[in-house]
Amino acid sequence: MQSNDFVRRFQSPGGDRIISRVMNIDLILFVLLLMLCAFGLIVLYSAGGQDLFYVKRQFIFMVTGFILMLLVAQFPARSWERWAFVFYGIGLVSLAAVLIFGVGAKGAQRWLDIGFTRLQPAEFMKVCVPLMISAYLGKRFVPPTAKHVFWSAFMVILPTLLIILQPDLGTGILVFVSGFLVLFLAGLRKRYLIGSSLLALAAVPMMWIFVLRDYQKQRVLTLLSPEDDKLGAGWNIVQSKTAIGSGGISGKGWTEGTQSQLNFLPESHTDFIIAVLAEEFGLIGVLTLFTLYLLVIGRCIIIATNAQSQFGRLLAGSFGLVFFFYIFVNMGMVSGILPVVGAPLPMISYGGTAILTLFIGFGMLMAISTEPKRIRTQL
Amino acid sequence: MQHEAAFSDPTRERNIFVGRIVIASFFVLAMALVLLARYADLQVTQHQDFVTNSDNNRVHIRPVPPARGVIYDRNGEILADNRSASNLTIIRERTKDLNSLITKIGSLIQLSDADIKRFYKRLERRRPFEQTPLKFNLSAEEQAILAVNEYLLEGVKVSARLTRSYPKGELFAHVVGYVGRINERELRAIDSIKYSGTDSIGKVGLEKFYEQNLLGEVGSEHVETNAKGRVMRVLDQANPNAGNDLVLHLDSRLQQISYDAFDGERGALIAMDIKNGGILAMVSAPSYDPNLFVSGISQKNYDLLVNSTDKPLFNRAIRGQYPPGSTVKPLFGLIGLTNKNITTDTKIEDPGFFIMEGIERPWRDHNSKRGGHGSDVDLAEAIIESCDVFFYKMGIKTGIDALSSQSAIFGLGAKTGIDLPGEASGIMPTRKWKKESRNAAWYNGDTINMSIGQGFMLTTPLQLAVMASRIASKGNIVQPQIVKSINNEAQPTIFLPSDSKIDEENWTYVHGAMKDVVHSSRGTAKSISSGLLYQIAGKTGTAQVVSINADEDYDKSKLNKRQWDHALFIAFAPAENPEIAIGLIVENGEHGSSVAAPIARKVLDAYMSNRQDREKELISKSKAEKTEQGYLAYAE
Repeated sequence: MQSNDFVRRFQSPGGDRIISRVMNIDLILFVLLLMLCAFGLIVLYSAGGQDLFYVKRQFIFMVTGFILMLLVAQFPARSWERWAFVFYGIGLVSLAAVLIFGVGAKGAQRWLDIGFTRLQPAEFMKVCVPLMISAYLGKRFVPPTAKHVFWSAFMVILPTLLIILQPDLGTGILVFVSGFLVLFLAGLRKRYLIGSSLLALAAVPMMWIFVLRDYQKQRVLTLLSPEDDKLGAGWNIVQSKTAIGSGGISGKGWTEGTQSQLNFLPESHTDFIIAVLAEEFGLIGVLTLFTLYLLVIGRCIIIATNAQSQFGRLLAGSFGLVFFFYIFVNMGMVSGILPVVGAPLPMISYGGTAILTLFIGFGMLMAISTEPKRIRTQL
Repeated sequence: MQHEAAFSDPTRERNIFVGRIVIASFFVLAMALVLLARYADLQVTQHQDFVTNSDNNRVHIRPVPPARGVIYDRNGEILADNRSASNLTIIRERTKDLNSLITKIGSLIQLSDADIKRFYKRLERRRPFEQTPLKFNLSAEEQAILAVNEYLLEGVKVSARLTRSYPKGELFAHVVGYVGRINERELRAIDSIKYSGTDSIGKVGLEKFYEQNLLGEVGSEHVETNAKGRVMRVLDQANPNAGNDLVLHLDSRLQQISYDAFDGERGALIAMDIKNGGILAMVSAPSYDPNLFVSGISQKNYDLLVNSTDKPLFNRAIRGQYPPGSTVKPLFGLIGLTNKNITTDTKIEDPGFFIMEGIERPWRDHNSKRGGHGSDVDLAEAIIESCDVFFYKMGIKTGIDALSSQSAIFGLGAKTGIDLPGEASGIMPTRKWKKESRNAAWYNGDTINMSIGQGFMLTTPLQLAVMASRIASKGNIVQPQIVKSINNEAQPTIFLPSDSKIDEENWTYVHGAMKDVVHSSRGTAKSISSGLLYQIAGKTGTAQVVSINADEDYDKSKLNKRQWDHALFIAFAPAENPEIAIGLIVENGEHGSSVAAPIARKVLDAYMSNRQDREKELISKSKAEKTEQGYLAYAE
């Protein structure tokens, strides 16, 4: 097949190297992630007010993430497929627990205090939901039948609603999209695609009336005209656009961004960190990061197309696509083309749970990626 | 379930997946392009606009107030300078809820209702992002409390700025004046750029008169501020130029002695350098503490000052207008001599009263017991003993026109031109003046009243000193001046044109008579002559506060003290070679001789002994310099 040849040519020549074979590492992905993390720490140092506080903590998260990733990669993909429902179940329970016992910040209950640290179960669902749907559909006929579509949709919508109730609309949407992408990749029929699109359109006014809270509505309105309220809700967007725009092509220089260093930029070390990067490293910095991201996504798609099982294909493919979706939502909101929802920039924004979740996801991708070799070794 | 899995077709699964992932990849690429286009649009197309936004965000131009010029006395003692004080200010734009913020501040440090009221007033006329003061002169404790709670108080700043201070307090209040907050009327009149860093302006006294010299030139700095308005660094600065320093002719020591000499009495005294017009002392008693006004006086203190019957805010020295009484006699005598209405040989008989034809009521001689000064009263005696009848008769002969026109060069009836705002001009009446102000003709009776400094005639204490000075200098007319040098540049003495035709012998005659006022056994001020090591020439005076009927005696026991006569005295010394002239009044002091003259003696004593000290100092200094030079020469 033509598309087969196309992807084979992009297969890594380093895939046969001993270290990657023994450790079950996808070396290209590994190197790309290292580069992303390094870039992330550099930007975080500046965004965190040139203080090592956030950098140190993020570094620890990243090291933990890498270890976790390698650990996950040691288990064959089949075992992840088998245990998917357990993780999904734990995720659902902890989401329910958040609603009951959760601790909050800024009017929302998102964290679960488990003694030594605080976790955001919604972040874990970003991996658990596609994992569950991939495992479910991996064993079913393609394209999925009405019954399978129904159960898949149910398994996607249940956690999504729980997350939106926290309320965390951003993560809710991301989780929903991650599950939906699995269905799409599994060959969801056109009638379902069109039907769900219409349903989504119908859902918008329903959401506006019943689901969205006032501050969320405000964010949407703010997107439409941020200049109306420069010191209020529009402040974030006006300031982040100013940061990005004033960075120009080559940027103001590392730690020289006035918007971020003088605290005009809100949430500069978390959701709005791309504005710091854009201000200090300019369009060149944005393009560099974007290139790294696209390479990671490309690698995910290659791993997906080379996967031995339908589960592997669906999980790797949806993960790559949802990874891009994170980036799109975050960079879109910071640059003012999407409403402000709480969505971190993957691998760059400060935040432990998000980093660990991504690394677990990449660990599974590595398990899928090394599966062919494992089979070969076993043969 | 199991059979479904068994029948799954791997190739079909893969093909469908690849088809879908290709579609998804197209979407990914399309969305990636949208994002990149957005970033390129912001960072390339709109770059300049956002650079401007970003700079507007962070860079503010801030005026840097100049240091106001310092005011020194002639010996370099500081009369007005600038001290650093901490004020609590709020930047309106940086606060979310102003009212709750002020409540919060009020719970930390004491804020009076007046503070808050004035703050809101200031808020109305502030510039954007300006620090509006809420409370001035924070104590160290208040500053500490605010520093600890800084994180709670967004938009609040404790800023140090220079505040005017008057170390001598009430001693110089009427001369130096004070600065205060710029009010709305002043705000409309001033150049807002010049005052952009300053919120106070000279209100009275020298502070007002020399405002343009003292103010200085405002500087500016471009500062980078963070989102909370805190200044992070200064990018560029144009330094302010400090205002010009003033050095005054005034002598703190002499001023202190003059002020103390009043000892609770109300009145005014001016001591003036005869040669250059420099004011050596200027007292208006009682006085007030000018420091109260600098950052806004409290209503309570203000009411106290305004409602006091002693009128401490009233500058009697230049604004108080009193009948000069007998202090004008030497001057009028000179005019009579010059106009040949009398000679030094003219003698009259004084029965103790004067009757003019056609008028029943006699004019009394106030300064003699019934029976008068006797016969053979000449001008000298009339001055020494202050005989009124002599001047009644001479006044009629000389006439109002000559008296008033020839008094002008002695400084009567017009502002002296001293460098202080708000000087009163006094009244030197003329026929025209009476016609205009009273709509009545001038009568001889008016002339008679005026010839002893009563009636319509009014002078300020400053005018008395100026008159004494011009008599002492024999017609050398200099304008009184308080400021000696501005920014180390000596102010020239202002000589005014004089058309005086007074003969030298007449000067000498009158000087002699004035000397005898103090030194003769018959002189009205003989009480101050005891133990004098130099000679004083002077003239006492008494000004009526209430008119007493001619046939009634002035009996102070019948009168409230506020109705007692004012006591006046003019003097110059040393009599033979005058250097200093004095004019003074003690309100309700009764007699020039017993109350006013002793004050003048104290001031003149202080001046003379100080002069001797200075001479000694000069001698020893020149000796020391010589020794030093010799030593240096030896060393070489």
